[in-house]
Amino acid sequence: MSETGIGAAVRRKEDFRFLTGQGTYTDDINRPGQLHAVILRSPHAHAAIRGIDTAAAAAAAGVVAVFTAKDMAADGVGGLPCGWQIHSKDGSPMIEPPHPALATDRVRHVGDPVAVVIAETKAQAREAAELIAVDYQPLPAVASAAEAQKPGAPQLFDAAPGNLCFDWHLGDKAQADAAFARAAHVAKLDIVNNRLIPNAMEPRAAIGEYDKATGEYTLYTTSQNPHVIRLLMGAFVLHIPEHKLRVVAPDVGGGFGSKIYHYAEEAIVTWAAGKVRRPVKWTADRSESFMSDAHGRDHATHAELALDKDGKFLGLKVSTIANMGGYLSTFAPAIPTYLYATLLAGTYTTPVIYCEVKAIFTNTVPVDAYRGAGRPEATYILERLVDTAAREMRIDPAELRRRNFIPKDAYPYQTPVALQYDSGDYFTTLDKALAAADYAGFARRRDEAARRGKLRGIGLATYIEACGIAPSAVAGSLGARAGLYEAAEIRVHPTGSVTVFTGSHSHGQGHETTFAQLVADRLGIPIENVEVSHGDTDKIPFGMGTYGSRSLAVGGSAIVKALDKVVAKGRKIAAHLLEAAEADIQFKDGKYVVEGTDRAKSFGEVALTAYVPHNYPIEELEPGLDESAFYDPKNFTFPSGAHVAEVEIDRDTGIVELVNFTACDDFGRIINPLIVEGQVHGGLVQGIGQALLENCVYDPEGQLLTGSYMDYCMPRASDVPSFAVSTNTTLCTHNPLGVKGCGEAGAIGAPAAVMNAVLDALSPLGIRHLDMPASPERVWRAIQQHSLAQAAE
Amino acid sequence: MYDFSYHKPSSLAEAAKALGSAEDGKLMAGGMTLIPTLKQRLARPSDVIDLGGIVELKGIRRAGNALVIGAMARHAEVAHSDVVRSAIPALAELAEGIGDPQVRNRGTIGGSIANADPAADYPAAVVGLGATVETNKRKIAADDFFKGLFETALEDGEIVTAVSFPIPEKAAYMKFPNPASRYAIVGAFVAKTGGGVRVAVTGAGPSVFRVAAMEQALAKSFTPDAIKDIKVAADGLNADIHASAEYRAHLVTVMARRAVAAAAG
Repeated sequence: MSETGIGAAVRRKEDFRFLTGQGTYTDDINRPGQLHAVILRSPHAHAAIRGIDTAAAAAAAGVVAVFTAKDMAADGVGGLPCGWQIHSKDGSPMIEPPHPALATDRVRHVGDPVAVVIAETKAQAREAAELIAVDYQPLPAVASAAEAQKPGAPQLFDAAPGNLCFDWHLGDKAQADAAFARAAHVAKLDIVNNRLIPNAMEPRAAIGEYDKATGEYTLYTTSQNPHVIRLLMGAFVLHIPEHKLRVVAPDVGGGFGSKIYHYAEEAIVTWAAGKVRRPVKWTADRSESFMSDAHGRDHATHAELALDKDGKFLGLKVSTIANMGGYLSTFAPAIPTYLYATLLAGTYTTPVIYCEVKAIFTNTVPVDAYRGAGRPEATYILERLVDTAAREMRIDPAELRRRNFIPKDAYPYQTPVALQYDSGDYFTTLDKALAAADYAGFARRRDEAARRGKLRGIGLATYIEACGIAPSAVAGSLGARAGLYEAAEIRVHPTGSVTVFTGSHSHGQGHETTFAQLVADRLGIPIENVEVSHGDTDKIPFGMGTYGSRSLAVGGSAIVKALDKVVAKGRKIAAHLLEAAEADIQFKDGKYVVEGTDRAKSFGEVALTAYVPHNYPIEELEPGLDESAFYDPKNFTFPSGAHVAEVEIDRDTGIVELVNFTACDDFGRIINPLIVEGQVHGGLVQGIGQALLENCVYDPEGQLLTGSYMDYCMPRASDVPSFAVSTNTTLCTHNPLGVKGCGEAGAIGAPAAVMNAVLDALSPLGIRHLDMPASPERVWRAIQQHSLAQAAE
Repeated sequence: MYDFSYHKPSSLAEAAKALGSAEDGKLMAGGMTLIPTLKQRLARPSDVIDLGGIVELKGIRRAGNALVIGAMARHAEVAHSDVVRSAIPALAELAEGIGDPQVRNRGTIGGSIANADPAADYPAAVVGLGATVETNKRKIAADDFFKGLFETALEDGEIVTAVSFPIPEKAAYMKFPNPASRYAIVGAFVAKTGGGVRVAVTGAGPSVFRVAAMEQALAKSFTPDAIKDIKVAADGLNADIHASAEYRAHLVTVMARRAVAAAAG
């Protein structure tokens, strides 16, 4: 292994510019003549708009324009499209109500955009926005999906009776019922997956620009997938052809899914820039982010696991109500369906699985993918159920998992919920995690904690995730309205340095380093001679962007394919220069060598020849050494892992302290272990945050109670212990690198591991379930109730 | 924020004059509450008078059997002051636990008590130690200073200049922080002085309050067990998504007990 090639812990190339404040984020960009947009948002969860008077705002100092939905409609601007279509049990397509960029006659959540003011300064735009008089007629509102589906609940859309978007299922109910009829034991849980607010460090921002001379539009935006935004906004919303629309996602400070989607503000500033013929910038303030970035999770589920007398899983039944929010966000329908129910086999041989999901509209911010996206929800249900069954059947939780793991020799393994796992080894992963966590020595630590008056618990979770999204044909058959390949272009410069243009997008993942390592490794050139370019649709090929832990597995594979073409063409050139047969030439350590001789040409010499083709097989070969490739994956990748959490609970206050956390993950081949460890740490903190701290709360009338950091609790460094992380590698069998993806793993495994530890600590009191987050009062109340109940017995 | 006139006087007299002549003037100490309020456009003062340039409001000193902290002393200065650490270590620890490093390096004791946030930490120490609040006009006993939710005895034009804390025999502050904001959900300050025992609670109610039953019990026996069964009523206590009134009432006893243990230890 070289110091910068595959497997090397190379420090991130991008960190110098980030750490010295020299990154270029959207808000850092200022275009000549730029104006500022402020968006007036609904203070109501649900209201009819009877009229909007913008006269005073339009006359205010510095104001250039004030626009409402009427202005956009007059220009034929379309609604925000949804990128995934789900069909209900009865075969009918999901209800897809209009999603206008600015609300037309009704607002459906606090934060719904109503009007935009464009002024010389942001302060002037703000002042003017307060002068807009909106005549609202408040309507009854509903925030909880469980409430919204009940008869008599407030209705959001005439087209969606009962607020039902779709009623979907996967699996065979009759088979599942038959399996349950044979069960020796059935474990049951009613379980809530709490709603989260993503909170990327950089708030969303967008700048629209229109070039009068060329008729071209440019959008700078905080996006994880600029080409997807160009396609959706150009084709469906603003009707601008691709060759007249450029989308640039420069440095982006975190996404976690929330920056995948096409948001109203992107369309508003781009369209408005054309109207006022000047660039228009919008940057969310943090309060706006809380009420306009797509939220995550928000499921209410009843789940049952059937087991035989030995603890073998016979069947699983899951019934979920998923909150969609007030509109359908770009990929929202895919999350509680194909990214959720298909993961319910987990690491186990459960032969029959049935899952039904009702997706419900409510008066809340739209919900979409958030780190893990469906997979944390599935893992949480499954792993809480397995622990519940283990406790009820008095089987050690690790042992119960082992009895049901997919055997090492069973791959490829077809699950009953559509996926075919290509590789894995859950036994070794679990054993490594348990050894690192000193699982065997836990009883001693529990007793020692008891002497200090603390309740100590240990919990584990294993998980599987489907990453590397996705084989386009499969995704298409499941309702995706786009392909899910990735594209790469390798531009070899005349003296042998290389620029990689990738359709993936880095917003914290370190692609500029990891992808450069692939090139340095394959071409044998110094990593300093490689630049990775991403984010600008005028530069990069048409690619689908970064989400679902897909960048290395799909985007990296496209780079490898293009590199193979570069090496192959270089071989032809080298053969000519060395006057040898192509078949006799080996490419190794950056040199084309005639096998069995010391005659060689370096990659740089070959590159120079390609661009200065004086001595060149010009009849057979074009000059130049640029190559491109598209990679459409053959299957998903299946990272897996085992996480172990250990907590101590203060009985007097209910405070849960996470004292140890151990993770062993299988990510396939690892390109940069330093970056992988960083990704795991970040994911774990988000998962721990969900389990113990983070919670988006609406009051029953749809007002957002956690609209700032005063009430929405983000995890801090002091909330987590030092992590013990390791890996156990089995290679992905179907992509050229053998990689699986690591970005979401921490957020998938951690919630279940932490909650299983909390419930283990509380089990002596007879407490069998608590919902996340395990906040102090929630834990204290459970302790009080069960202590009283025990005392009464 | 809305436009306002900004003043930065260099003396207390100038500050009082600026405040007196403003139509709707606001004093700014550290600005830790005022600035966010302005940014959210929840307040629209005509004038903001920044107290940061007034030397006479700064400084921490020992004066006989009292510790005198200037109104503009930052939380970080109190936390790290050798004078405070040797005289009333509990006060330094309280200051160390306020907010985060940014807040501690901007926020001031005078600003905190004049704002009288129900969840602020300092009011517990001021009342718990029976301090005296000094203003440009008079001296106010701690028990008379805090009047209610964001309400103090300060009159129009009155500026806090210092807080004088009697030095206790023993004292400790125990806080149950709001996990998100780190304000006190319940904070209990317990002090044993020549004049008796005081127990002051912040965060739980609309304003800091004393718990007489605990003070009496601790006067007899300054041990955690002496108050373990003394409960405060949940009626009238604060309630929010983080903690109900009932839970806060419970935490008052827990935090007071732990404060006694820390003070006695």
